[in-house]
Amino acid sequence: MKSKKLSILTNGIIKENPVLRLVLGTCPTLAVTTAAANGIGMGIAATIVLVCSNAAISLLRNFIPDKVRIPAFITVIAGFVSVVQMLVKAFAPAIDESLGIFLPLIVVNCIILARAEMFASKNPVLPSILDGLGMGIGFTATLTLMGAIRELLGAGTIFGMTVTAEFIDPMIIFLLPPGGFFVFGILVAASNALARRQGKPVVEHLGCANCPSRSACHNAVLDGEEKPVECAAKATEEPKQEKVEEIKETTQEEASEEAQEKIVEEAPQEVAEENEETSETVEETVVEETDEKVGGSNE
Amino acid sequence: MNSTTSIVAILLAGILTNNMVLSKFLGICPFLGVSKKVNTAFSMSIAVILVMVIATAVTWPIYTYLLYPNFTYLQTVVFILVIAAIVQLIEVFLKKFIKPIYNALGIYLPLITTNCAVLGITMLNITDGLNFGLSLVNALAAGLGFMLAMLLFAGVRSKLDTADVPEFLKGLPITLIAAALVALSFLGFAGIGG
Repeated sequence: MKSKKLSILTNGIIKENPVLRLVLGTCPTLAVTTAAANGIGMGIAATIVLVCSNAAISLLRNFIPDKVRIPAFITVIAGFVSVVQMLVKAFAPAIDESLGIFLPLIVVNCIILARAEMFASKNPVLPSILDGLGMGIGFTATLTLMGAIRELLGAGTIFGMTVTAEFIDPMIIFLLPPGGFFVFGILVAASNALARRQGKPVVEHLGCANCPSRSACHNAVLDGEEKPVECAAKATEEPKQEKVEEIKETTQEEASEEAQEKIVEEAPQEVAEENEETSETVEETVVEETDEKVGGSNE
Repeated sequence: MNSTTSIVAILLAGILTNNMVLSKFLGICPFLGVSKKVNTAFSMSIAVILVMVIATAVTWPIYTYLLYPNFTYLQTVVFILVIAAIVQLIEVFLKKFIKPIYNALGIYLPLITTNCAVLGITMLNITDGLNFGLSLVNALAAGLGFMLAMLLFAGVRSKLDTADVPEFLKGLPITLIAAALVALSFLGFAGIGG
């Protein structure tokens, strides 16, 4: 029991690192990481909101009607963001200044809504808090790392202390937007390389699989692999059928956590139908298998 | 102040120098997620422009006449709820009255509720102290900037499909590095329009 709780906590730090593995919350990741200290400030603020909102939503999970759950989650999250915003303004005005508009924008940070939707609304309070804490620590650590890299290359300092600025001219481009995209790309490549070495699936591209709003948009595939117009038409003309599908999928998702094997049998068909829509577990196992095969043939 | 010049300055800044996506890092998720094909990128941008302008038209009066000066701390909560409600209303309205547009844009609308570009622009209009008319222009400019970035990037990504990418950069990393290069090109606009 204790080890299970520990694994919920560490899950968010390494295995499902929200930034590098789930690729959520990219806006603040890119925007505030011009210095390591900003990364820590943003990370801690988001962690507080994440833990509080996970706890509150987990407590309310039986009272929130399914249809209005997204607006309800957003309201809860917005409440905690306002609290954190006021606290930061009062006690750490320097951080408030450097984070600027990204502090209130924690409301729309995908990580928080995604954890509310995927974890807190289905689990008891304590695991939800641990999950929020783990995800928050993972977020903070990644942001700090990225901030440190960009600060070192762009200004020659780390946490404001001079490191290489005296003998290497700082490359200011790393503090500007292109540098943010570039460093993030390299970090994702590095985390992919580590994952590949351990035989885990790599992050191919952003898709609907991790998006918190995907149930709201009728699971439409937005990157153009399927025709979105069809989805929209289906949603308007056959609402009943669509609802059944939605229920089916949620039950599948729940089932996947308990009985992986059953779903794996269905997996090939499902993967063929909608590559990105398959539940995380299925994707993981399937890609693991293919990875092994590829590795074997290479050898 | 000459209002025509300031409108032109705001438009230029929103579209080029202070581009929503490439220099303010707002709306990165749709920028990376929905930019695989040029036509989906275009539909998404149109939906974003629509919601941005309407959201600004509603939130600006709410802030100026209701929240200011006593309840400014409610800004975050009120704005996100108003945006969520507006998006729902637009969806219902389009579904009922303008079916073709709903079919084209409908699926993007729920995604826009949690798009930080929309909440971001409504808040920036307040922080920058713009008046009502200029706020609307600013929202329009930001939306057009978003569209420009999306379309350019969708074009770049369609070339990436056939490119010979090193194994370790395949997938998301090369997409991000391509975004870095597009952002680099936008740095060239710095200084235009003050």
